[in-house]
Amino acid sequence: MTADSSLQFPLLSLLLWLPILGALLCLLWYKAPAASRWIALGTSTAVFVLSLVAGLYSTGSAGWFLYEDASWIEHFGIRYTLGMDGISLLLIILTAFLQLVAVVISWDQDKFSALFFALILVLGTGIMGVFLALDLILFYLFWELMLIPMFFLIGVWGYKRKVYAAVKFFLFTLAGSLCLLLAVISLHLLHGEQTGVYTFALEALQQTRLSFSQEMLFYLCFMAAFAVKVPIFPFHSWLPDAHTEAPVAASVDLAGLLLKTGVYGMIRFAFPLFPHAAEKSLPVLAVLALIGLFYAAWIAYLQTDIKRIVAYSSISHLGFVLLGLAAWNQTAWEGSLLLMINHGVTTGALFIAIALIHKRTGTREIAKLGGIWKSQPNLAAFFLLFSLASLGLPGLANFSGEILILIGTFSSNAVWAIFAVGGVLFSAAYILRMVQGTIWGPCCEPFDKQDLGGREWLVLIPLAVLVVILGCYPQPLLDSLREPVSFMLRQGGQP
Amino acid sequence: MYSNLWLIPFFPLVGSIFNGLFGKRIKNEAVIGGIATGMVFLSFLVAAQNFFKLLGDTEKVHELVIASWISIGNLQINWELLLDPLSAVMIMVVTGVGTLIHLYSIGYMHGEEGYYRFFCYMNLFAFAMLMLVLGGNALVMFIGWEGVGLCSYLLIGYYYEKKSASTAANKAFIVNRIGDFGFLCGLLTLFWALASKGVWTLNFVKIAESGHLLESGGLLITVVTLCFFLGATGKSAQIPLFTWLPDAMEGPTPVSALIHAATMVTAGVYMIGRMNGLFAMAPATMMTIAIVGGLTAFFAATIGLAQNDIKRVLAYSTVSQLGYMFLAMGVGAFSAGIFHLMTHAFFKACLFLGSGSVIHGLHHAYHHAHLHDDPQDMRNMGGLRKKMPITFITFLVSTIAISGIPLFSGFFSKDEILWWSFGSTRGHWMLWVLGAAAAGMTAFYMFRLVFMTFFGEQKTDARAKDHIPESPFTITIPLMVLGLLAVVGGYIGVPAILGGANRFHHFLEPVFGHALELNHIAAHGTHATEYTLMAISVAIAIVGIFIAWVMYVKDPELPAKFVGRFTAAHRVIFNKWYIDELYDFVFVNPCKKIGTFLWRGFDVRVVDGVVNGTAWVIKGLGAGLRYTQSGYLYNYAVAMVVGVVVIIGFYVF
Repeated sequence: MTADSSLQFPLLSLLLWLPILGALLCLLWYKAPAASRWIALGTSTAVFVLSLVAGLYSTGSAGWFLYEDASWIEHFGIRYTLGMDGISLLLIILTAFLQLVAVVISWDQDKFSALFFALILVLGTGIMGVFLALDLILFYLFWELMLIPMFFLIGVWGYKRKVYAAVKFFLFTLAGSLCLLLAVISLHLLHGEQTGVYTFALEALQQTRLSFSQEMLFYLCFMAAFAVKVPIFPFHSWLPDAHTEAPVAASVDLAGLLLKTGVYGMIRFAFPLFPHAAEKSLPVLAVLALIGLFYAAWIAYLQTDIKRIVAYSSISHLGFVLLGLAAWNQTAWEGSLLLMINHGVTTGALFIAIALIHKRTGTREIAKLGGIWKSQPNLAAFFLLFSLASLGLPGLANFSGEILILIGTFSSNAVWAIFAVGGVLFSAAYILRMVQGTIWGPCCEPFDKQDLGGREWLVLIPLAVLVVILGCYPQPLLDSLREPVSFMLRQGGQP
Repeated sequence: MYSNLWLIPFFPLVGSIFNGLFGKRIKNEAVIGGIATGMVFLSFLVAAQNFFKLLGDTEKVHELVIASWISIGNLQINWELLLDPLSAVMIMVVTGVGTLIHLYSIGYMHGEEGYYRFFCYMNLFAFAMLMLVLGGNALVMFIGWEGVGLCSYLLIGYYYEKKSASTAANKAFIVNRIGDFGFLCGLLTLFWALASKGVWTLNFVKIAESGHLLESGGLLITVVTLCFFLGATGKSAQIPLFTWLPDAMEGPTPVSALIHAATMVTAGVYMIGRMNGLFAMAPATMMTIAIVGGLTAFFAATIGLAQNDIKRVLAYSTVSQLGYMFLAMGVGAFSAGIFHLMTHAFFKACLFLGSGSVIHGLHHAYHHAHLHDDPQDMRNMGGLRKKMPITFITFLVSTIAISGIPLFSGFFSKDEILWWSFGSTRGHWMLWVLGAAAAGMTAFYMFRLVFMTFFGEQKTDARAKDHIPESPFTITIPLMVLGLLAVVGGYIGVPAILGGANRFHHFLEPVFGHALELNHIAAHGTHATEYTLMAISVAIAIVGIFIAWVMYVKDPELPAKFVGRFTAAHRVIFNKWYIDELYDFVFVNPCKKIGTFLWRGFDVRVVDGVVNGTAWVIKGLGAGLRYTQSGYLYNYAVAMVVGVVVIIGFYVF
């Protein structure tokens, strides 16, 4: 992979550090809550625009079309290396978009609002850093950086069992990350011993000669961190709790973005660094993916809290994504990455719709909800649209990814694909149960009879438009993914 | 050129979006309903223009690529439309009947809350259905396929405050999803099978061209077609997935007429017709289809014998008639199946709309008298022929058509199916017996319905019975048009044996020609046999009508005595053979139990239990380790010495 090392405008750094700047400004004006939300809005808008600008540089080829490299802690060979290819571009745009959405939808946040918006912004830096870093220590730092704001967002602004959920989330991910850190340092030392060059650069470390057992050990350590984030069955039990207790903005970021960092870590780091171990693990990965897909769907069907239903549905959808990765071919991988984006939009949108319903009715229990269509038809219509996208209705977002995963997986392993099609059936069951319990039925008399307000329209309309566009015309995204994915697959070697 | 083809689905989409966005603010029913109806009518005009152009064209297959949808490597899927005689017939039926039913709905839905919502969904349905029939590849068809399912779901649940309505809607969607499982598996397998022969496509024309690459009668083609057929049983309410359709009658009556009788439920038949080349290559699948179709026609007819809800009778009748169409497909009578699809669309739409007119009238009367009787229960009807003459005449005509009385449309199509089920190379006399028995029962229960509703004593509550009006003209005009079609619609397909040219059959020949080489009328199918069978089936129908007349007009006490004599049998068919209960017992409840176990038993206890258990252990360890943090220097020194010894020991040995 060649990098364009000519001096250019440090767009990636700007993307990355602008939110931190915004966060600092928020904290400076902590006495004026209004100021902090305008700062947050301004910052995230700027970041979103910058992420789109970054897209203009895209060449469609496999390499980094934006690349920054600077020495940082030379003593340990740690460098500040960032790179953007077609895959990270899409994830960065998604991040910037959902960040903006998260800020707007939290506009009414009046509890420690300066701190709240600052944390949201810092979280954005962490996530984007993960998607851009090419130095393993830098990656690890961003990986951990995501953890802290999320911990506080859940722990301070969450609902009833927020502390339990926050601590559980923290410990789970931390346990995984520690394995990652150990593996990174060991790999660094091993590479140094072999070549005399002590570095954390991804491309260099790929050249490390490893025995199969070493490779497998490192791979498992990496995967421990990523599997928790995705989450892969059976490391998922932090997610429903974290989701249920998190405030809406955190839910959007969690489902829309954090889960994707796990998948991204796999394809960017775990697979290329340890291709033989990865190859060996694919059947296991596929089986776990399928278990997760069914298991979570099945449990989702029985949940009584609609937010928990969507939380479990995320596990199920990520099972789909994982299955596509395990299928290891161009179609399935493009499908998986597309589904990640689609899922980010639809699930984020669903969480927002649920939050708006919660705000009006004071409950998320199916038994107490009902008849939103009568009291708030516009809100109910959006909720219905996002739910339909989530159950994989053709023409809406999730389907375009799912069908590609299915087609791709079928050519690798027909049995896996057939099982996955069965999963589609399940999603209809739990989603329709949720829809029936929430918007149909007799009216539950919400105490707030207000239908959508201006700001809410502003958030929901772009989401709805995206849900349709991603379903009907995903081609630009697929174009952006084509070369990088094909490069990665070649790099990993065809199993 | 057929470049304006895209307008056909486009108009209803525009109507749907318009009413969805602005309908609530417009509030004027004439505008809302007028736009919705107008959009479908515009589609009809474009469809008719294309239809007649195709009629005079020598080239019968035309494709129109609108845009690229998904393209990855060899996989290239477009938004594309396909016009051939088969889709031409379908778009005429969908837009033609669709326009009439939209027009009907303007009056029928008058005053309903959510008037705009109804028309928004109806137009969306028309869009999806047109995408389904015009779709040029399996994935575009699947969009339409799921789209019509969605609209069906929304319209069944139209009265969303009623629990029974939203439950019926969910059931329809989920049962259809079981079928979709089959559709998707078939699609994936087919794609892979062709791709392994070097043809990367889901395009129907290319599939038809390269179908011969697959081994005829082989396992692969059988699996592919059986999967697709599973999909068809879901959408078209065949055994084993028919249970959702009767419940779907929770929707407003125009919905039942358009979606659950004339168009959507025939999608499965259409799909088999669309891929007839593949199906014809799989004899095992063809046999399965014929048997399932025949059995469905028979069993649904038995259930129809004993229902008292006017719409439920028609619902089971629809299931039964769809069974006929599948029987036709299964014995290779593709054009006869599509022919019956068309005539059925005319007379069944007319019957449903007629029942809607009756319900509308009774509802009006009950409302006037402040009663809450069930306006759909036929036991509250009777003698309505004088109150609602137009409804009565059109209803009667359609009933004669569905009963298979000669010179009416249903006769021609039904008789051709029966003939093929006997005489085709894939036919069998037992299939004919199933079909003929179903025909007899159809004649019986349909005339039972007519007699109970329109003849005899008026059993409506005395306070309401003088306030039953004939419906307004927006309702009666569609009835008259459809009634007329129910009479004459069959004449485009008069079989050769009755001196006709069977123009319908010849029109569809470019689509079905190849498949017909594999399935045709066997040598023993002589004219004499054909005449005899025709006579027998007509006789059976007349007997059915006669029995209905005896039981419901001549001697109205008879049905009660009959039920008393055969209580058990009556209970079984009245309760629909307890199929719903069986499914609940075998599938639904175990699924819920397993889910509860996975959640409460496994997820909470085991997965989370391990986590919380670890937390406890760590907490305990922490409490223990606290004592090591004593703060005394010699403790740390000892620990360090031990550590060093261990490490040195490790390296030395």
